[in-house]
Amino acid sequence: MSTRTRTAETVVPFEEVMRRFDPVMGLEVHVELNTATKMFCGCATEFGAEPNTQVCPVCLGLPGALPVVNHAAVESAIRIGLALNCEIASWCRFARKNYFYPDMPKNFQTSQYDEPIAFGGYLDVEHDDGAGGTEVFRVGIERAHMEEDTGKSLHVGGSTGRIHGADYSLVDYNRAGIPLIEIVTTPLTGAGERAPEIAKAYVSALRDLLKALGVSDVRMEQGSMRCDANVSLRAKVSDDPASVEQAAVPLGTRTETKNVNSLRSVERAVRYEITRHAAVLDSGSPITQETRHWHEDTGVTTSGRPKSDADDYRYFPEPDLVPVAPTREDVERLRATLPEPPQERRKRLQADWGYSDLEMRDVVNAGALEVIEDTVAAGATPAAARKWWTGELARRANSEGVEVTAMGVTPAHVAELDGLVRDGRLNDSMARQVLEGVLAGEGGPAEVADARGLELVQDDGALEAAVDKVIAAHPDVADKIRDGKVQAAGALIGQVMKEMRGQADAAKARALILERLGVS
Amino acid sequence: MSALSRDDVAHVAMLARIQLSEAELDRLAGQLDQIVGWVGQVNEVAAADVPPTSHPLPLTNVTRPDEVRPSLAVEQALAAAPMAQEQRFAVPRILDED
Repeated sequence: MSTRTRTAETVVPFEEVMRRFDPVMGLEVHVELNTATKMFCGCATEFGAEPNTQVCPVCLGLPGALPVVNHAAVESAIRIGLALNCEIASWCRFARKNYFYPDMPKNFQTSQYDEPIAFGGYLDVEHDDGAGGTEVFRVGIERAHMEEDTGKSLHVGGSTGRIHGADYSLVDYNRAGIPLIEIVTTPLTGAGERAPEIAKAYVSALRDLLKALGVSDVRMEQGSMRCDANVSLRAKVSDDPASVEQAAVPLGTRTETKNVNSLRSVERAVRYEITRHAAVLDSGSPITQETRHWHEDTGVTTSGRPKSDADDYRYFPEPDLVPVAPTREDVERLRATLPEPPQERRKRLQADWGYSDLEMRDVVNAGALEVIEDTVAAGATPAAARKWWTGELARRANSEGVEVTAMGVTPAHVAELDGLVRDGRLNDSMARQVLEGVLAGEGGPAEVADARGLELVQDDGALEAAVDKVIAAHPDVADKIRDGKVQAAGALIGQVMKEMRGQADAAKARALILERLGVS
Repeated sequence: MSALSRDDVAHVAMLARIQLSEAELDRLAGQLDQIVGWVGQVNEVAAADVPPTSHPLPLTNVTRPDEVRPSLAVEQALAAAPMAQEQRFAVPRILDED
């Protein structure tokens, strides 16, 4: 057994690599479908269940057990294929991928080989052009095929607790057999120095698309969406990475970095491999075709194992399953269920809401699109919905390290809060206090406002009295305002708010002050 | 000439994690080669209009609805495991990491 070092390898600075090399990527994304049951048996697919409580003779590979295909999984696969502009096979089969590894108790994984359900598509990916605008990069989709997920191993013993040196492994087969779609891109050329960003933008766009389709939870942190990144370098012969001359240069040897499981890591891992390949090539050595492991903490990859004879998977058609042959009517019926493509949806919502490009980008980056849509639907103004979700709530979520939607504040709460502000019952600072109460679980906004006694004084008499008192106490400021220095009113408004212990409508106070001083 | 060499048999045996002695390799290489030859006779019968098949039944689209069925009780699931720990199947340590 070889020992492995984890010291960082030599790398060449990215900018320098880009002067001499052209990167080529291939991305493989595995996505778990959110069906109620597994691909080939009726076991539940609930995440986080107790170990080995969602297993049966089929997914444990017990003798004589026979698989039957999950109808909903096939439909989801077809919908994914259609959303990726793929052709849908009119006839295709499952195949056995044979290998010995205890994550599959059958000693094979039921997958698809040369007859994928979907093939020959593309996904247009928007990314930052580096000059404040956006560009579209077309990612070719070679295929999307159906397979099943593997079990989860836990490695025990050894000095590091990691797999090498582990004395034995413990396997939970709950995940074994969960429907999995593998989406494979064509070799992506022409990205040039944007390659790492485009890798991230593609995985992000794919995640949005799958979310919109409702076929998967697409939670990278839970492993329901996982990415393997293939990277190679070839000589750069043109300043235009999409030029004919550049396209004519043969591809270099690639490495496959496994299990890159966050958007940020996709970008970092591709960038790292590019800089590492360049250093290997500069040293005069060939690139070893191998799998690499990504280390999130240190931001480097380490050598896994080289491709070997053991990778002869001896695929053959699965004899226990009959072919899948979707009729054209089925395909068209499923095509009619496709949602509005995420990019078009974003454009429509931006127009509806009147957000600037910058505001919209903040909303998308904050992952707040859906929640704002729900908040507007619940009656909030688009401006208020954006203000709360990308402002106060986003800050809170960020500092607590949770999703903005996971703090117990709902779109209905925010809409209600906005309603209270617009009705003149709360001012901004009171609304923030009410939100504090909602976050603390004290109830809905109206409830919190009542309980905490937060309400703007609607009694105009009290406000008028306060305004008169403040004007009388500050004759010098009042004179300035009378002379036309309207901005000086700010100081008086502050005093009035103080008199009213914050429970007044500042706009109303301002109007009243100006009226009293004859400048309104 | 033989369709299946002794080296092929050794390779497949390695992939299938079957340890064969030299004598077994000699014997099985001959037998397997004969079997492959017999199966190969199908090719002589099948004309161009006979598509290859992987299943004897002329069926397609056999599926089940996406409805949860009871799983095994965990004791049943682990009953056949030579070793179990923490409600998981214990297996000899795994060398590869993927």
